[in-house]
Amino acid sequence: MHELGITRNIVAIVSDAAKGRRVRRVTLEVGALSGVMSEAIAFCFDMVSKGTVLEGADLDIREIEGRARCSSCGAEFPMDTLYAPCPCGSRQIERLQGEELKIKTMELEEAA
Amino acid sequence: MCGHCGCGDGAKITALNVETGKAIEMSGETHAGHTHGHGHEHSHVHDHDHDHDHHHHDHGHDRDDHHEHDHVHADGSHDHGHGHSHDRAHDHAAGAIVELEARVLAKNDALAAKNRAWFAGREILALNLVSSPGAGKTTLLERTIRDLKEEAPLYVLEGDQATVNDGMRIRAAGAPAVQINTGTGCHLEADMVARGLMELKPTPGSMVMIENVGNLVCPALFDLGERAKVVILSVTEGEDKPLKYPHMFHAAEVMILNKVDLLPHVDFDVEQAIANAQEVNPGIEVLCVSARSGDGLDGWYDWLREQREGARAASLL
Repeated sequence: MHELGITRNIVAIVSDAAKGRRVRRVTLEVGALSGVMSEAIAFCFDMVSKGTVLEGADLDIREIEGRARCSSCGAEFPMDTLYAPCPCGSRQIERLQGEELKIKTMELEEAA
Repeated sequence: MCGHCGCGDGAKITALNVETGKAIEMSGETHAGHTHGHGHEHSHVHDHDHDHDHHHHDHGHDRDDHHEHDHVHADGSHDHGHGHSHDRAHDHAAGAIVELEARVLAKNDALAAKNRAWFAGREILALNLVSSPGAGKTTLLERTIRDLKEEAPLYVLEGDQATVNDGMRIRAAGAPAVQINTGTGCHLEADMVARGLMELKPTPGSMVMIENVGNLVCPALFDLGERAKVVILSVTEGEDKPLKYPHMFHAAEVMILNKVDLLPHVDFDVEQAIANAQEVNPGIEVLCVSARSGDGLDGWYDWLREQREGARAASLL
């Protein structure tokens, strides 16, 4: 359950960047293989943002599915778990995406 | 304050040099580090803000690229993402969109990179030892210190929530140690390691063992600047632990299966445990040892020698 602290980190980074301006929306990218649950971040966000310039802001979490390329057969395939093998059976794979944990954008109120 | 995992909020973090008895209060330092880090983010973000005005087409492309990757998740939140692009490109009155592109763990990763460069500059092999509480990290280190003392100077950063017991054990075994107490924190972070190193002062060409807080969850997310993570599993645990905590076993270069001297007394399937570890991490090396009886430790020492060579070669790059 490190999502509470991760949410605090998100609110801190965005608050700093907003320099006192009110934030209307924050967009995150959270990979399915990042080790972080987006539901838990969403759950913590309202509480953590209370009393900050992010209070009442919408939180858009774009979940990035896991994808990998097989080093044996060359196929690209979706990965549900960190250790899913290629459908061809090979475990020699290169992960392409799904480990993101990133703040993409913030939308500021017009006065900015 | 931990700031990442919420586990150490308000806790005191201390580093104690068990050699000299010198204690350092780290909470203030850590906090300052965080603030400084934020300042850095700040200017970074500012740049992006300006860039955005001049080069928003590039950013638009960037976003579109991500959309291509995202295509499977065309859900509500995704549509919002599209809305953003349009707002920014065509309708600024709707609110200023600022590209942040900030990795949430960027601060820790940057500090870890500094630690890594610090180790490389001194040809030091640094390893991050992780396991559940009680798997035998400290016992393995005690034995390693005694067996290798003629061969290589070894230093230990001991992470625990509380007590200096392990630091004292390491010192009694003959190696300098700094005990980092994380308070309620459940893992070490790169800034704590940096502070610990300033106190530990390992010599060039030595080995630094970072014994993380006993926990198979959070330490997987926090790079400390080590050359490799070493995960220790003992035969008194379940053989399915690699499947239960895949992030940690995935992140490790080597799994040490400890306490094999107890195998006759426990229901532990060694082959299944190894198969589980390899399912999560096909490249993981496995060493079966008993830190108590000494069984299999030659394999561990050979692995350490290889890693020392690797660290030396890497520092020349």
